[in-house]
Amino acid sequence: MERILEVKDLHIHFNAFAGAVKAIRGVSFHLNKGETLAIVGESGSGKSVTTKAVTRILPDNAVIDNGEITYKGMDLLAMTEKEFNNIRGNEIGLIFQDPLSALDPVMKIGKQITETLILKQKMPKKEAEARALELMKAVGIPNAEQRFHEYPFQFSGGMRQRIVIAIALASNPQLLICDEPTTALDVTIQSQILELIKKIQKERNLSVIFITHDLGVVANMADRVDVMYAGKIVEEGTVEDIFYDPKHPYTWSLLASMPNLDTKGGDELMVIPGTPPNMLYPPKGDAFAPRNHYAMKIDFDREPPMFKVSDTHYAATWLLHPDAPKVEMPAHLKHRIELQLKEAEKYNG
Amino acid sequence: MDNRTPILEVKHLCKHFYQGKSVMKAVDDVSFHVYKGETFGLVGESGCGKTTTGRTIIRLYGATSGEVWFNGNRIDGKLNKEETKAVTSKMQMIFQDPVASLNPRMTVEEIISEGAKINKIFATEEELKANVHKMLELVGLTAEHATRYPHEFSGGQRQRICIARALITKPDLVIADEPISALDVSIQAQVLNLMNKLRKELGLTILFIAHDLSVVKYFSERIAVMNRGRIVEMASSDLLYDNPVHPYTKSLLSAIPIPNPLLEKKRERFDYDPSIHQYDEQNQPKMIEIEPGHLVSMSDREYAAYLGAKK
Repeated sequence: MERILEVKDLHIHFNAFAGAVKAIRGVSFHLNKGETLAIVGESGSGKSVTTKAVTRILPDNAVIDNGEITYKGMDLLAMTEKEFNNIRGNEIGLIFQDPLSALDPVMKIGKQITETLILKQKMPKKEAEARALELMKAVGIPNAEQRFHEYPFQFSGGMRQRIVIAIALASNPQLLICDEPTTALDVTIQSQILELIKKIQKERNLSVIFITHDLGVVANMADRVDVMYAGKIVEEGTVEDIFYDPKHPYTWSLLASMPNLDTKGGDELMVIPGTPPNMLYPPKGDAFAPRNHYAMKIDFDREPPMFKVSDTHYAATWLLHPDAPKVEMPAHLKHRIELQLKEAEKYNG
Repeated sequence: MDNRTPILEVKHLCKHFYQGKSVMKAVDDVSFHVYKGETFGLVGESGCGKTTTGRTIIRLYGATSGEVWFNGNRIDGKLNKEETKAVTSKMQMIFQDPVASLNPRMTVEEIISEGAKINKIFATEEELKANVHKMLELVGLTAEHATRYPHEFSGGQRQRICIARALITKPDLVIADEPISALDVSIQAQVLNLMNKLRKELGLTILFIAHDLSVVKYFSERIAVMNRGRIVEMASSDLLYDNPVHPYTKSLLSAIPIPNPLLEKKRERFDYDPSIHQYDEQNQPKMIEIEPGHLVSMSDREYAAYLGAKK
């Protein structure tokens, strides 16, 4: 399969008042053409920073210490800002979490879409307007002709997110980065937006990076999943690998910690004790060790490398070392996964 | 059917907001009751009026019309000093955003003790202090935290402080308005477990307001689904999930993403279109009990159609 994007051993720190915050500590992943990669993790795990590095919109106090970002064979980090302007927007589109702050409140919707076309594609104004209307219809906005002349505040949250998607699609990008695009939306609107992104992806054969913390959304969208914790990828695999055969204790607790529709009231939830580490002082060894029920002595001492589980599935935990004691995933998670598999089988007939 | 005593009864509650000439009917003829010791869930999407309902019950907003009964007394409208005290100390609220709902210039001890002080629940300073420390330990913090300020805590810990503040007056009813949606995934489970533990240990009655249906199902015994200021369906949580009847409930249930890829990628979604009801003057929706403990908002015509389809 053709690799459209490859990130290798990325290290990023932020110069803050208190010192250097090590936000990304050696992240490597790749994206194949036409697939959806979901990056999952809690806030502060570095998932947004990674994609901001790919689009080079990091704030001024961020420093890329090391690493390589290759897009279609081009080294993105070595480019000048002028060269990169042809990539950002034209090749790589972006959708942000909050559609209200991503739009200019005092500019009409139509102008916000045509602006991209006129600036990026050097399109004449008339043509750009026709194209913008087309885009608005493609993302499912009713009465596009009338709404073309309205302001963002006249749109609902879901409609605003559709506009943001239309702007991102305006210059036909190959890669679409969606940074929590539905977190600020209601579930019913969320399902509409997810459907829309999937439909557009199919029509245009887009490659998508989807950032979220909602595992239900991951299950809906992703082909492959990267689980991030404290600036590192701790587990990587196909969506089936991650949901039905997870190997990292952090993934276990993520999957087991939220109630699902089958959880009985009164059942104790599996919790991850404590809080994520302060990245000013990243802990020695495995960053998840202090919150890990299964941590071994070595976890506090040395960082685990990525162990290979299968051709598609990798996890960074010492538990996969051949000398480590055999530890199975918690019984109730195993039970939950068995139930889910049965349910899926029943549903799919 | 149920002969437990309701601790809270809401009858035909309306809350309308006036903006110039237009009227926003945020809560429109809502009736329900909450029994002692149970957890009652109120779900719906944003703007459906669930938060306004909670806030009107606790008197943050004045009701436009309708009645609220708490512990056998009517508490909407004007109350004298003593009646107000009975309401404010026995009914407490936990808000969504623990950053915004704690005063940054007060220490944790001041925050937690404020309600108890105003209501003069403890006779002496020492007793008050001892109870603040007890509350802190109850919610998983320590007595040392009492002298610190809110900014020194993480989001999950701040929500614990909010819970401690709500519990110190020994309330009969706690209104929890989206208590976990502002927290990180790994912290949500901690706070849910804590609330579960407290509910069992203290026998709390909770009105749980949230938009996340899987959490509400896990946490509540009975659930009311709200849409556009009205309750459209109300049932025990199992009945509601196994046999949703109102089209809005069905659409809401189908929209929750389930963390099960093989199933989730193939699931069907239903969209809710309010015009399918075709309500007119003869056919107005009302709450109809279609089976014991399961109320659905439908018109007589819809009920007849439902019974017909059942056969």
